Amino acid sequence: MTTTLNNATLNNATLNGAALKETPKPIAGTASYLDDRLGAGSFLKRNLRKVFPDHWSFLLGEIALYSFIILLLTGTFLTFWFKPGMGHVVYDGPYQQLRGVTMSEAYASTLKISFEVRGGLLMRQMHHWAALLFVAGMMVHMLRVFFTGAYRKPRELNWIIGVLLLTLALAEGLTGYSLPDDLLSGAGLRITEGVAISLPLIGTYLTFFLFGGEYPGEDVIARFYSLHILLIPGILLALISAHMILMWVQKHTQMPGTGRSNTNVVGAPFYPAFMLKAGAYFLFTFTAIAGLGTFAQINPIWLFGPYTPSDISAGSQPDFYMGFLEGALRIMPAWEINFLGYTLPLSVLIPALVPMGIVMTGLALYPFLEQWVTGDRREHHIADRPRNNPHRTSIGISAVTFYGILWLLGANDEISAFFHIDLYHTTIFGRFAIILGPALAYAITYRICMGLQRKDADVMSHGVESGVIKRMPNGQYIEVHVPPAEDIADHLRGKALIPIVPGEADSEGIPPKGARSILGKARAMMSKKYGTEHIPLEEDGHGHGHAALGPGEGDHKEVH
Amino acid sequence: MIGTGISVNSITARRRHPLARLAVVALALGLLGGGYALFAPSNSADAAIASGKADDVAEGKSLFVAHCSSCHGMNAEGTPMGPPLVGVGAAAVDFQVSSGRMPAANPGPQMQRKPLGEWVTPEAINQLSAYIMSLGGGPQRPSAEMVDPAKGDAAKGGELFRANCIQCHNFVGAGGALTYGKYAPNLNESTPEQIYEAMVTGPQAMPVFNDSTITPEDKRNMIAYIVQMRELKDPGGFGLGRIGPVTEGLVVWIAGLSFMSLTAIWITAKKRKK
Ligand code: HEC
Ligand code: HEC
Repeated sequence: MTTTLNNATLNNATLNGAALKETPKPIAGTASYLDDRLGAGSFLKRNLRKVFPDHWSFLLGEIALYSFIILLLTGTFLTFWFKPGMGHVVYDGPYQQLRGVTMSEAYASTLKISFEVRGGLLMRQMHHWAALLFVAGMMVHMLRVFFTGAYRKPRELNWIIGVLLLTLALAEGLTGYSLPDDLLSGAGLRITEGVAISLPLIGTYLTFFLFGGEYPGEDVIARFYSLHILLIPGILLALISAHMILMWVQKHTQMPGTGRSNTNVVGAPFYPAFMLKAGAYFLFTFTAIAGLGTFAQINPIWLFGPYTPSDISAGSQPDFYMGFLEGALRIMPAWEINFLGYTLPLSVLIPALVPMGIVMTGLALYPFLEQWVTGDRREHHIADRPRNNPHRTSIGISAVTFYGILWLLGANDEISAFFHIDLYHTTIFGRFAIILGPALAYAITYRICMGLQRKDADVMSHGVESGVIKRMPNGQYIEVHVPPAEDIADHLRGKALIPIVPGEADSEGIPPKGARSILGKARAMMSKKYGTEHIPLEEDGHGHGHAALGPGEGDHKEVH
Repeated sequence: MIGTGISVNSITARRRHPLARLAVVALALGLLGGGYALFAPSNSADAAIASGKADDVAEGKSLFVAHCSSCHGMNAEGTPMGPPLVGVGAAAVDFQVSSGRMPAANPGPQMQRKPLGEWVTPEAINQLSAYIMSLGGGPQRPSAEMVDPAKGDAAKGGELFRANCIQCHNFVGAGGALTYGKYAPNLNESTPEQIYEAMVTGPQAMPVFNDSTITPEDKRNMIAYIVQMRELKDPGGFGLGRIGPVTEGLVVWIAGLSFMSLTAIWITAKKRKK
């Protein structure tokens, strides 16, 4: 079922039960009482009819949203028993292999949640899996938005909120991961300390401030706890609400297709169709998290043991979303600058700040850089197919490759142990790959995009193979091509030209105003590269839909 | 074998001495001429008596010649193919042979555990051990009581295990990578006796943990911990290899996100019949 927003007709789906032709008095009375005071009726009428396009990739962001809800619920459960203290206690709980061992209250209470609190282990595991799914969901959602150009005007602000959300999610993950005060997370905390203390000038002060003295001190868990359960989730919640409201007000982008334009939204109304789908999707998210929490063990802190600064395990890794930082640290050559008795440890500073800076700043600035390069200040509500903006897609894949290589190298010890590859070889591979990989990815992706565009152009100009072989009077055999099905053709026709800022010199050899400075010239050049249409779509002469052999009857496969 | 690097190097250096070639030729001639029977009586008789039955030593010697001498030399004096075994002790022999590492086969970066050859029986290992002990002593094999996991305190052992072993072997002994293609193996297959012997002999890249570093009693505690940990069922579901967040990340991306994508496709693809 599809409904178009601008000519939506109210159906009475809500009240079409025969028995409910007339609303019972108590309900009608209360409803109109509330309506008079809250104005909720017209608000609901307007908003329940909100149209949501249905393409599966538009649901990816909801993975993050629903995971967040589950995180709030399971997290609250955990706070009932967790003690964020670093005071020493001697364990005497049911887990044999740690009895009599001295540990922090935080670690002991996490053991208690795992082994003594009913359902505690399940909640802990669900909380952790939900955290991983939360970040993973955000990442795939963000990739979808990026590759379809859905961050373009008027949605730049929401994109920035998204980038902030991702950054905060990493901070939320790091603080949460450290709370149990186990040996594995302690390694992460140690790296955090290493990064903080390596900052020039402020490093020492910052570290002493953060840890309340010499590392590890007695304060950091309680401080991380406040951040983890109060400050960061509060900001996350506020930003997520803002994200949703903006999305609601600005409406969804949609894939190009029949009847879809920059001024409408085609899809299912929020109530009931989309709400049902969203509800179902929440249940699926819950299923995934509960299923993982039940069947797959995560963060078994009792195996790691309590944190002691002097111990460290082989295979110490952060959670996946921090893996790229770990990888950067692992492939970084041991550079440092010693100057007047001060040391600048580049081997820590560069991997800690540069990749994160490139990825997050790059993400935040991309919409504005693109606007600047293309000079495109129009509103966009129709999503681009990734192939139709080949430079954007290539830049994106190139960034994904950069991130992916660092992430992979974050696990280089496991890779080395599992596949019996010399550890140093993985490091050397990483050092080359981090430079060559993104460039290669760019070139390959660009080629693929062009190939796909060529295929589209081919479909539009020559049609698709019909499978019918025809014998010509002269004895030659040809395969009859038919125009593509209407919905496919409309989908392909959605290709939009990318604007180019003027840069060519006029007849007197004077370049236009904006393109005279060096920056202006560079901009004009980039704009030309970014926007030039190499493979225009040309439809064949006889239009569409009146060929001798029309498209087959029945349902067409939807390609969007 | 940390700490023996210097002596091995000096042996190699001596081997390069011009006279060494003469010596080798003389030795080879002697072997050809007299046969090894001539050499047998030259074993230090008191050492043999000290370490047990003289029959075992003789039997051990013949096993050694048959299976080990190609690399370790006729008198365990070492060759370019393998280090000298004088003074390595019965513990080293038992560890290496009972875990299948010796006789060595594959020339990889490090010797690996492998299935035992047919001739490798507990008795044969005893005889080989007796022979090597007769050459210059060394760490003895532990008694059954010294490695009985039931007699150890696992929690205490766990603390020592975390302090001394996990930087190479991972927190539950799942193994980990070392440099140059070497690795600390998974400890799941080691018998209590082998764990003890690994500590006292320090095979290859592993350091030696002698009795003054870790007392025999603490060794037993550690054995108790290692054995209990590998028998411990994972209360949280599948253990995912017990190697930490790497497999967890793989699971969330491969299982979690595929499931979520498939369901997304499913609920949006459903079309009403017109
Ligand atoms: C193919 C050559 C080869 C053969 C055959 C071989 N070894 Fe070895 N062996 C080595 C090498 C190389 C090393 C050094 C690397 C190591 O420690 O694992 C070694 C080391 C050892 C060690 C450890 C020494 C130490 O310092 O702890 C013992 C014990 C040993 N071998 C016993 C034996 C016995 C017993 C046999 C016969 C059953 C045997 N080897 C057969 C090559 C060989
Ligand atoms: C420097 C890293 C390192 C440390 C520390 C270390 N090991 Fe090892 N361990 C190794 C290596 C490498 C091997 C493989 C040796 C070989 O194959 O010959 C090994 C082998 C072993 C084995 C034999 C595994 C088998 O296949 O049966 C045991 C048991 C063992 N170690 C126990 C320990 C214990 C217990 C400790 C702590 C007291 C410890 N290791 C500390 C590196 C280490």
